[in-house]
This record gives sequence, C-alpha cells and structure tokens, in this order.
Amino acid sequence: MSIKGKCAIVGLGVTAMGKVYGRSGTDFAAEAIQLALDDAGLQKKDVDGLLINANMSPEMSPLLQMTLGFKDLSLLNVMNAYGSTTGTMIQYASMAIEEGLANVVVLVYADDPLKPNQGAGSSYTGSHMFPMTGMEGLRLAYGLYGANPSYAMAARRHMHLFGTTSEQLGAIAVSQRKWAQMNPWAQMRKPMTMEDYLNSRYVAEPFHLFDCCLVSNGGIAVIITSAERARSLKQPPVYVLGMGQGAPGDDQRTDREPGIYTGAKHSGEKALKMAGLELKDIDICELYDCYTYTVLVTLEDYGFCEKGEGGAFVADGKLGPGGSLPTNTGGGELSAYYMWGFTPLSEAVVQARGQGGERQVEKHDHMLVSGNGGVLNYHSTTILSKYPA
Amino acid sequence: MSTKQKEERMTQSTNYQKPVPIPDEASQPFFDGARERRLMIQQCTTCGAVMWPVKSRCDNCLRPTVTWVQASGKGRLYSFTLMHQVYHPGFASEVPYNVAQVDLEEGLRILTNIVGCSNADLHIGMSLEVTFEEISDEVTLPKFKPVG
Repeated sequence: MSIKGKCAIVGLGVTAMGKVYGRSGTDFAAEAIQLALDDAGLQKKDVDGLLINANMSPEMSPLLQMTLGFKDLSLLNVMNAYGSTTGTMIQYASMAIEEGLANVVVLVYADDPLKPNQGAGSSYTGSHMFPMTGMEGLRLAYGLYGANPSYAMAARRHMHLFGTTSEQLGAIAVSQRKWAQMNPWAQMRKPMTMEDYLNSRYVAEPFHLFDCCLVSNGGIAVIITSAERARSLKQPPVYVLGMGQGAPGDDQRTDREPGIYTGAKHSGEKALKMAGLELKDIDICELYDCYTYTVLVTLEDYGFCEKGEGGAFVADGKLGPGGSLPTNTGGGELSAYYMWGFTPLSEAVVQARGQGGERQVEKHDHMLVSGNGGVLNYHSTTILSKYPA
Repeated sequence: MSTKQKEERMTQSTNYQKPVPIPDEASQPFFDGARERRLMIQQCTTCGAVMWPVKSRCDNCLRPTVTWVQASGKGRLYSFTLMHQVYHPGFASEVPYNVAQVDLEEGLRILTNIVGCSNADLHIGMSLEVTFEEISDEVTLPKFKPVG
C-alpha cells in the first residue's frame, strides 16, 4: 500500500520576512501557525500534531507546545536534518496521519538570526557555532567561517571538472530575481542584470554576494491532514504524491566527491517512483538554493541534465519566468527569504493552488520540492500536486 | 633554540591575531606531532582505515582501536576558495586569503591553507607537501606548499 496521495497540505502561514527585529522565534512561530489555521479554516483545537524545526532558535524546542498552548497532542517532536528537514517532516507527518497516529499536523519553522547593527554574514558563523577546542578549532584557525567557503570549494571543483562558469551560476541568480520581483513576500525585488551579478563583491571566490542566500527572521507554518479531510477545507488541497531522502555522508576520504554527487539523486528517484511520475511530468521545481551552485548540482542529480552539464542547462534562462522549467518561482532563498526547506515548500503550495498572482505558472500540476543541508550532505525530495493521483 | 629564536617566536606569538585552536586530550597527539613538524592522522589497528579529524572510535568498523600515525605529508590540491569577507579581524590584512582541501596520499581530504605561492598560482591538482607554521607555544598549524 502506497502512501501516495493519502495526505494533503491544507494550510500555509508566512509571517513578515527579513530584517524584522524585536520579535522572538516563538512570536514568529505563533503568528505563522495562526495564519496557517486561518488559511485552512481550521481551529487550534483541531491540531493534534506539532513538528518543530529551526536553524538556530533555541525556542524551537518541545516546550513550544506549552508556550503556544497546544493541548492533548498525539504527535510532537523537534526535528532536524538541517536544510533537508522540511521534507522529512512531511514524511513523518504523512506516515503518522496514514496510520491514524495523528489527524491534523502543524509543521513550523521559525528563526531570528538577524540582529540590529550586525551584518547578516555573521549570523551563522563564528565561535558560537564552531568551538576552538580540539581539531574542530582548525576550521576557524584556517579561516573557514560559515558555509560559504565549503560550498564555494564544491563549486570551484565543479568548475574545474566540467568547465562551469560564473556566468552560468549567475543565470540562476538572475532568473530567480526575476521571479522575486513578482513576489510580494520577497526581500530582494530590485531588478538584477548579469552585470549586476558579476559586479557584486566576492564573498568566497568563486562566489559573489549574489551566489549566496539571504538571512531572514520570520516563521512559516504548514498544516497537513488526510486527503479525505482536506477536501472539506477552505483551500484547494495540495496532495503529497512522493517522498524521499538521501544522505550520502562525507567521511573526508578521497574516493568520493560529496560536493559533486549529492543525495538529490537517491531521494529524487525514490520520490518520483512513489509518485509514479517521470521528470518530464514535473511542471515546476522549487529547489533548495542556499547557493546558486546548489540549484545547479541538484538539477544534475535529479537528472534534468547529465552530470557536468548543469551550467549549460541553466544558461539560457529556462529557470526564469517564461522558461521551459520554471524554478524557484518566488525568488527562492537567494532573493525571497531564507526559511530552510520551508522556502521552497511554501512557494510550491502557492503555485499548486494557483495563487501565485503575477508569478503564477500556467501549468502547475506537479511540483518537485527539494531540501538540502550540511554541505550537500542531507537531501529530501517531496512531490506535490493539485491532483491526488 | 637560541635566545634570538625564542624572542622571534615570542614576538610572532604575541602578534598573532587569528583564532588559535585549544588542544584537548583527544587531539593532543595531533598538536604534539605538528609541534614536532609531523603531520599526524589516525588509523585503526583493527581494520586499517585512516581517518580525519579526530575520532574516539574508528568510523569504518566502530571499534576503539584507533592509533596515531605520521602521514607522508604529500598530497594534491582538491579544491580551494579565496575568502574576501572578513569574519575575524585577524584575517583582515590577508584578504583574499585561501582556504583549501588537500587530498593526502593516504586517502584523506583535509582542510588547510596553501602557502609559498600566490593565490593566482593555485590550481586544482597541483602537487603539495606539508609545512608548518608555529602560531603559539602550544600550537603549530600544518599548512601546505607547492612541491619543488
């Protein structure tokens, strides 16, 4: 028995995003959940499952249940597989609902890494994240701060092996900015040309500033329930057709290249198989985009093009508005907001419902949603549809 | 060590502004080795696997039979980045500085900096060998330089 099409996303709540100061992670979580309940036409008392996730906020703990006054839950957990968590939350929620362990499950992400008078770049770096003790201390001693340099080294390796260029990475950034200009939730809505991209300062070469995602304060909640119940609620159901995970690991040995061959391949194959779909059936991709390179390597590993051909594949702008493979249609983490896997998931829900307004993609039957964490070490894939089968 | 060398070392240590790792019990053999200008890696005496960075148990067979051995110190540049953003004032005068991954002959991919050549001369695949930079009385950092 497959779980395909048995559950659906019925509620979405997105708070203000970006440099929103003076609000706690808990406050963002509360607002996101309230918005999602209203969106779904559900009451708080209908909720019997709560799955919680954050990049950093210590407030996203099991205590959040009591802080927000949820009673008599039958499913509760804080989950973390880094940037791939969102997909894993959908998996566990769906399995719990299908088995009768819970009926209405809220998935919530909230974080407040940005502080006034502090650069975004220092939000996820520094000794509070990487201790100086032992060999872990070598990272900062060598000057490896945050995720930028690690992804930059993966991208540099890809350039070396396959001739990938900065302009090709730039095509991803430029395409996504075009989408963001049509997204009222997006933080970055100023037009961006290839020249703007290439002229943006280097952060960790080969990465320019515009290769790197935003940092955002905010919260997103999604509500998932059985397909049957979904049909009597306020919004068009967004059915969960396929799911997969892939965590290839990196053991620091030289016989593998985890920055080049990612878990997207395994998790994508599993998800498509469950959904009974092929890549050609996918209308829209919402791909985790902590960096431009993440999009490129994910497209390759999903099989939209051969390994090494991602640069040429994206260069013609096919990911942008009017292109043949609309991707990150809200601007993604590069130009809209950075809420880990809830960034691609939230936009997939909007597109599946047909509520994208100016940026709505005409054909929106099947959405491929990815999550990625670590340095391309953890991957999840979710396939959503406006149809249950 | 001559008095002059000691003075030079103290000056160097005092002026060193970048973060300095704090050796702990588990990593002490690595830092002891580096101080003696030897690049130390771990190896499992049960299954023979080599590993990086420090582990209490073998990450291949999960047994606690992990010992330290000296690596050849030879390898090739796997990839690198040039860091332009300053996250710590100690690096401010050196941007852009390189951070690199080196594939050791022993089959490990380790993090380091490349010294002894300009950033413009860095190219993936280049042959490298270990060198050592003493940054405090306790800590010497293994770095890599072009061979020859």
